[in-house]
Amino acid sequence: MAELITYREAVARAIAQEMRRDESVVFLGEDVAAAGGVFKATKGLLEEFGPVRVRDTPISEEAILGAAMGAAMTGIRPIAEIMFSDFLATCWDLVSVEMAKTRYMTGGQTSLPLVIRTANGAGLRFGAQHSQSVENWAMMIPGLKVVAPSNPADLIGLFAASVRDDNPVVFFEQKSLYPVKGEVPDGELVTELGRAAVLRQGSDVTIAALAAMVPRALEAAERLQAERGISAEVIDLRTLIPLDARTVLESVTRTKRFVTVEENPRVLGWGAELVSIVAEEAFWDLDAPVTRVTTPHVPLPSSDALEDEVLPSVARIVETVAKVVG
Amino acid sequence: MATTKAKRATVTSPAIDRETKLALYAQVVRLRRFEERAYRLFLEGLVKGTSHLSLGQEAIAAGFAEAMRTDDYTFCTYRGHAHTLARGTSMEGVMAELLGRANGVCGGKGGSMHLTSVEHYAMGSYAIIGAHLPIAAGAAWSAVLRGTEQATVCFFGDGTTNIGAFHEALNFAAVWKLPVVFVCENNLWMEYTPIDSVTAVPHPAADRAAAYGLERIIVDGNDPDAVHLEALRALERARAGEGPSLIECLTYRHGGHSRADPGDYRPKEQVEEWLARDPMPMYRQRLLDEGVEASVLDDIEAAAMAEVDAATEGARNGPVPAIESAYTDVWADGGWAWRN
Repeated sequence: MAELITYREAVARAIAQEMRRDESVVFLGEDVAAAGGVFKATKGLLEEFGPVRVRDTPISEEAILGAAMGAAMTGIRPIAEIMFSDFLATCWDLVSVEMAKTRYMTGGQTSLPLVIRTANGAGLRFGAQHSQSVENWAMMIPGLKVVAPSNPADLIGLFAASVRDDNPVVFFEQKSLYPVKGEVPDGELVTELGRAAVLRQGSDVTIAALAAMVPRALEAAERLQAERGISAEVIDLRTLIPLDARTVLESVTRTKRFVTVEENPRVLGWGAELVSIVAEEAFWDLDAPVTRVTTPHVPLPSSDALEDEVLPSVARIVETVAKVVG
Repeated sequence: MATTKAKRATVTSPAIDRETKLALYAQVVRLRRFEERAYRLFLEGLVKGTSHLSLGQEAIAAGFAEAMRTDDYTFCTYRGHAHTLARGTSMEGVMAELLGRANGVCGGKGGSMHLTSVEHYAMGSYAIIGAHLPIAAGAAWSAVLRGTEQATVCFFGDGTTNIGAFHEALNFAAVWKLPVVFVCENNLWMEYTPIDSVTAVPHPAADRAAAYGLERIIVDGNDPDAVHLEALRALERARAGEGPSLIECLTYRHGGHSRADPGDYRPKEQVEEWLARDPMPMYRQRLLDEGVEASVLDDIEAAAMAEVDAATEGARNGPVPAIESAYTDVWADGGWAWRN
């Protein structure tokens, strides 16, 4: 049996699945309990699990993540919400300098089984300070796992694996996906981190995408097939760390062409690392230059016309891929 | 002198017994001798990187450590040798860590600024100002969730009181009534700048307490008895569910901010005034005045020196870390792989 639920509903279901299973799992953040979250993604959790395990905090991102870290190193498995991923900048010390390094610099004495979940990305016309895609900030720091699901079933499965992981995980929910529905199987879902999903098989070009760019890449692939006879393989990376480079390399070896579709601004987006891996390890298999479709290197504008202009659109993906295939 | 304003232990506090006083003295002496040796090993080129000594501030570490339950948590800063040792961490392990040896408490991967011994509930030395205050609040929250009645003590310097994380942590701990004791070691100098020249209030921690609904507490940080009694009170409040405390301990570092700093920007009179209040000879004299035999104190001093000598020997002879250990313990599985 399966059920059609939204990405938003998947969040509460994922948290509830893990809180029912393990009493040491707790959840804290701004407006997450009584209000059910600013995106209403955590509705019902306070009612089911009570005010000890589901707790509202002040607007104090360093306190939220510090509390999560201190609890994680002493036997609790916290889930901490940072309302918008842009706000990670206000507590980046905790994420990148404390959480990421503590196990290493204590010679393995400490363990940090915690998840930071955060609303990432554009599409809601929120402007430059509430729309960034910052998954590459986390990706470049050794010691952090980085997850970014594109659909409700993956959200639940990857979230469960993140909660059960003994490492700090930064879990990016793409906020424009919250109303999007997807099929979710009944029962407990757990999806291993570090395994990309090949969502569409193809023979002419490999497209790697993440989060909100996945449905766009899939739509572009359908149009490329229908309008231009180009067969595109679409890979949803799902996690950036660990990175499933093998699945990408295996695909590129067959299709001979590689395109990334990234929501982040151009410079040093996740695709830059992936392209460098492909260039180093699959160069002799390539028939065309590896190519990246990204948001240009500009802050995100608010106006819908302007935001639509800079985000990778289906049309831009189609044109770029068609050019690569030639 | 600022200490004249220091709040002395209240008359209702229990008297400190002789055994505890001797333990306090033994801690002060061994921390002093350790820091002196660490400095010497730096001059010999054996301690690499940087280090921040607690010379002159030992009474705070001693006073709290002797008041804490074995399973109470300590969080401290990069000036953390004394706090880590005071919880019972192996002195050889700490010295070896300073020397970057495999028998260091962190296997040589932490160094002077990141001393940690989880088995002694010394949960880490944090080198970013303010970062560990919210983390300490988290450990305190965890103790509440687990119902263990463990308290958490978090040490930091006066400079920390001007960073955002201090205020976030204080408010958070107060509003959640967490069993955490925040201890400001006010040594009057931020790093190279007098703390009173960069802070809006005379007492950088205590004068902020009211903003978080906390009692204003100032204690003579060079007096092991005074610190110890205040620590007992705060830990009792924490365990009773009465929430956090913020304690400002007035003290002075005998040297510079870090080992490369001779500290010669400080007025000569101020240095002399505080050297005259050196906690070690002051406390020895108090114990003599109270009737403790000099031979008992001499034995404590000899034992401290022997412990430091043995630790130094063990550290000097410790093996260099295996090169492969640079690639361990990034992840919980022990490895460092980020891709397949």
